[in-house]
Amino acid sequence: MTTVRERLQADAAPPDAEAAAALAAGRRRWLLLAPALVVLVLAASGPLLVVLAYSFLTPGTFGGVRWELSAEGWFRVFFARDIFDPETVRLNHAHASIFWRSVSLAFQTTVICALLGFPTAWFIANRPERTRAVWLFVITIPFWTNLLIRTFAIQEVIRNEGLVNSVLMALGLIQAPIQMLYTDFAILVGMAYVFLPLMVLPLYAAMDRLDPRLLEAAYDLYASRVRVLWHVVLPLVKPGLIAGSILVFIPSIGAYVTPRVLGGGRNLMLANLIELQFGQGRNWPLGAALAVTLLVIVLFALFVYLRFASKDEDPRRA
Amino acid sequence: MAADGTADVETRARRDGAAAGGTAEIEIVGLTKVFGRGSEAARALDEVNLTVRRGEFFTLLGPSGCGKTTLLRMIAGFEQPTRGAIRIDGRDVAGLGPNRRPVNTVFQSYALFPHMTAAENIGFGLRMLGRPRREVEAKVAEMLRLVRMEPMANRRPAAISGGQQQRVALARALAPRPRVLLLDEPLSALDLKLRKEMQGELKRLQAETGITFVFVTHDQEEALTMSDRIAVMDRGRILQVGSPRAIYDRPADRFVADFIGDTNFLEAVVVRSVGDAATVRLPSGAVRAASVPEGLAPVAGGRVTVVVRPEHAALAEDGELVGVVEEAVYFGTDTHLHVRLDTGGRFTLRRQNMAGDHAPEPGAAVTIRIAESGLRVLRP
Repeated sequence: MTTVRERLQADAAPPDAEAAAALAAGRRRWLLLAPALVVLVLAASGPLLVVLAYSFLTPGTFGGVRWELSAEGWFRVFFARDIFDPETVRLNHAHASIFWRSVSLAFQTTVICALLGFPTAWFIANRPERTRAVWLFVITIPFWTNLLIRTFAIQEVIRNEGLVNSVLMALGLIQAPIQMLYTDFAILVGMAYVFLPLMVLPLYAAMDRLDPRLLEAAYDLYASRVRVLWHVVLPLVKPGLIAGSILVFIPSIGAYVTPRVLGGGRNLMLANLIELQFGQGRNWPLGAALAVTLLVIVLFALFVYLRFASKDEDPRRA
Repeated sequence: MAADGTADVETRARRDGAAAGGTAEIEIVGLTKVFGRGSEAARALDEVNLTVRRGEFFTLLGPSGCGKTTLLRMIAGFEQPTRGAIRIDGRDVAGLGPNRRPVNTVFQSYALFPHMTAAENIGFGLRMLGRPRREVEAKVAEMLRLVRMEPMANRRPAAISGGQQQRVALARALAPRPRVLLLDEPLSALDLKLRKEMQGELKRLQAETGITFVFVTHDQEEALTMSDRIAVMDRGRILQVGSPRAIYDRPADRFVADFIGDTNFLEAVVVRSVGDAATVRLPSGAVRAASVPEGLAPVAGGRVTVVVRPEHAALAEDGELVGVVEEAVYFGTDTHLHVRLDTGGRFTLRRQNMAGDHAPEPGAAVTIRIAESGLRVLRP
C-alpha cells in the first residue's frame, strides 16, 4: 500500500517540477539568445532608427541636425525648389535620373555577373574534387586587396592612355582612344568585376549539389546539351542564382567607391548623392531621407524578385 | 530514330515476339574500355563480344567492378569505347550521344527530375523528341496506367515512396518506346518484399511492351529468376552466356560455378572423354559420367575439377562419397548438411525436410550419392 501511495505522490509531483523546469528552460533560452539580440538591436536596428529619425529633422547650418521636426528632407527627395522663388516647386529630375541610373546599373551588373558567373561556377563544379578548392580560392583572391586599389587598377586598364586603348591603337584597330573611363560603362565594368565572386560562390554551391545523373538522364531522354541546361540545370540551380543575384544587386545599387572613381564626378549613383548631402551639401535630413529611400527600393526589389522567382515552387519542396 | 510512338503495345509485342530467337538487337564486337592512361590505366572491359536478341530479357551478372555497368553505359552512350564496335538494330552507334540512340536507361538511383511531377518526368523524353502535346499527354496517361501510378501523377519524386519512384523511372524510360531498355541495378535500393514485387512487375512490363531489356545486377537469384539469358562477367570479361538453367547446371568455369548458387568442388581424374561427355574417377575411386563445357576436350588421365550442386546429391545407403557430418543448418524447408569427406575436402548437401523425419546430427557417418548428370567438368 505504501509503495502505491508513494508512487501516486511521485506521479503528482511532476507538474510543478515540469513547470519549474520549463520556466528555467525559457529563461536559459533568452539568456542564450541575448548576445544575438543585443547585436541585432544595437548594431542593426539602432542606427537605422537614427537615420529614420534624422530624415524628419531640420538641417543644421554647419551640418548635423537641429531637433525641429520637418518634412523638408523628404520633400526634397522628390521635388526641387526654384532658387529665386522657393514657392515654385517642380519634380527633382536630377534625383530621378540618379535613382534610375542606380537601379539600372545595379540590374545590368547583376545580369552581367550571372552571365559570367554561371559558366565560371559550372567550370569549377566540374573540376576534380582536389582542384576545386584551388579554383574557389583563386576566385576569392581579389577580396584580399583593398577595393579602392582594385578600382584604381581598373582605371589604369580602361583610361584613354590605358592598357586596352594602347593595345587597340598599337594593333591599328582604332585611330583615337575610346572614352571608357568616366562613363556608365566604366562603372558597370568595375562593379561586375568587384561583385562577380558573390555570384560565383552561391551558384557553385548549388551546382555542387546537383546530381550528375540527372544530367545523364536528361541527355539519355533525347535532350540536347542546350536543353539539358535549360530544362534541368537551370531550374535546379535557381536557388543559387537567386541568392547570387541578391548578393550582387544590393551592394551594386548602394555602390560608392566604384562610381566615384570610375564614373568621375559626373555619373553619380545613389550612394554618392547621399554622401554629398552629408558632406558638401550639409543637408543631413535629405541625406537620411535618401538613405531610407534606397533601403525601400532594395526591399521592394527583393520582394518583387522573390515573388517572381518563387512562382515556380522550390524544386526541393515536396 | 526512336521507336515509333504510334504502334500500339500489343502489335509491337507480337511482332517482336515472332522475331525473337534470331534477330540481333545489340551486337558488340571486340569492345574494350581502358580508363586512365599510363601506369594508372585500368582495363574495365576486355575484348567483349556479345549479341543481345530482339525482345529478350538479357542480364549482365557479376560482382561489383566486373565491368557490367561500364558495358551498360557504353551501350547507352555515356562512355566511348577505347576499341571495338556497338551496333544497335544493325546500326553502328559510334560517336552518337545518348540523346541520339534509341536506348533509354533506368538508373540505379532513379535520377528522377526533382522539379517535375511524376507525369512531367514521364513525358520528358517525348517532349524532347518534339512530339505534339496531345500525343505526349496520351502517352503519359498510358504509361501511368501501365505502371499503376495514375493517383500519383501530380506528385513530385520527393513526395512518393522508393518503389513508386522506381515505377515512375521505368515509365519515363519506356515512354519514348526505345528499342532497348537498359536497367542499372534498378532494384538494389528496394527492400526485399518490394524487390520481389518489382521483379514480377519488370517481367510483366517486358512482356507487355516487347522491348529488349538489358538488366545489370550482382544478385544471382534475381538474374536466374528474371532472365531469358545471362552473361556472367568478371574482371572486364564475359565468362559465359546462356539461359539461367544452362548457367546454373552447366557452369563453364570455377568462377561461374562459385558465383552462382552453392557449389561443391571435387578433384577428379579423366578416364575417357568424347565430345561434351566424359567419364571421371572421383577421389573415392567411383567412376561417373560428367558433362563437359563446349570446346573443352579433357585428356584422359588429366586432372580436372568437377562441380556438384548441393541439391544434386542425396544421402543414400550406397554412394560415391563417404564422410562425417560436421554441421547441420536448418533452413525450414530444407537442411544444409556440411560433410567432411573421408578422402579430404568438404561437401555441402541440401536435404529436404519431410514431416516427422530427422536430419543426421553432427558426428554421424553418412554416404552421399550424386544424382545422374549431376557432375560437371570445369574449364581449368
